[in-house]
Amino acid sequence: MKNRRQFLKVASLSVLGLAGGAVLPGMARAAEAEATRPAGYRSSKEALKGTHWGMVIDTRAFDAPEKFEAVIQACHKYHNVPDIGTKREIKWIWKNGYRETFTDQMDNYPAQGVLERKYLMLCNHCVSPACVRVCPTQATFRRSDGIVVMDYHRCIGCRFCMAACPYGARSFNFEDPRNFLKDEAINITFPTRMRGVVEKCTFCSELLAVGKMPLCVEASEGAIVFGDLDDPESDVRKVLAENFTIRRKPTLGTEPSVYYII
Amino acid sequence: MFNAKYIWPGIVLFVVLFTAPFWLNVNSGTYVRPEVALPEKGTECIEPREYMAAEHMQMLNVWRDMALRKEKRVYVSTSGKEWEISLQNTCMTCHTNKVDFCDKCHDSNSVDPYCWDCHVEPRGNK
Repeated sequence: MKNRRQFLKVASLSVLGLAGGAVLPGMARAAEAEATRPAGYRSSKEALKGTHWGMVIDTRAFDAPEKFEAVIQACHKYHNVPDIGTKREIKWIWKNGYRETFTDQMDNYPAQGVLERKYLMLCNHCVSPACVRVCPTQATFRRSDGIVVMDYHRCIGCRFCMAACPYGARSFNFEDPRNFLKDEAINITFPTRMRGVVEKCTFCSELLAVGKMPLCVEASEGAIVFGDLDDPESDVRKVLAENFTIRRKPTLGTEPSVYYII
Repeated sequence: MFNAKYIWPGIVLFVVLFTAPFWLNVNSGTYVRPEVALPEKGTECIEPREYMAAEHMQMLNVWRDMALRKEKRVYVSTSGKEWEISLQNTCMTCHTNKVDFCDKCHDSNSVDPYCWDCHVEPRGNK
């Protein structure tokens, strides 16, 4: 009995020693590397700062297909959004009719002009985003400036967010999107996506970070206003104060940040 | 020992097979670091070469989280210089030769990172 007991003691100690010998130098090296790198991270000085980015779309100004096309193309070209054209389409910003856009509106007989008009649709960057609540990996999350963004590195393609989003703002990459993008058409300053991830509008957070306005705002020639909803002096708040606006599906309580002037 | 004439050859065979990778490679020469194509423009990377070669993968992971999650898109290097955090717009504007820079070393180390499933490599690499 004593022999077996001693054997086990020695054996387990040697295993521990071997394991420690293999792991500890690695840990020491990592700690050393950590200690010798006082490098830092900060946000850009030109970055536009806000606490709740929002958008107002003047739907009266979008009276011709070319105006929608200009905005949609500006976004989709820059962000390498493929034009697939089937049910597997990818869209960040698109257009739809009154009944499809404002399903909460109870008016049986809306004004003819309102009914015939088309409306821009995009991610609403909700204050209480349903997509964020259901994401199992926190691949989608709401930033401190109110933008709901995607971390494609972490997306596992479960599509819960697509089921949760009441606005249809999310698209799934059923196939490699590069199959639908011409090499020379790819914007090499922005990534594409890969097969199996969900994507959507980012409110151009990568452009806000360098002090630029979102591309749809630039392409709309004043018909879309963008700014900080928490700042009473901002452009959006001024436009909101002067115009009657509605939001999509307000009864759901997601608190969209995109407003429509009717 | 019971059944020793089966057990001993079995143990020997197992040990030989299990250690085969080690003694098969004894005389195959030492690992030679591949000659990668260094950028034509620019004289130094954002951090010293040895550090970048050993730690760039961890750095890129931190870069990703800083840019996407912490909204910090500027990297201040140990030398105090500032760089935009971007694989495509910072790293690969100097390291334009992905085939002879990234791939060469990754291939010889049998690693297959999925960076370029989404990130776009510079033109002229196909």
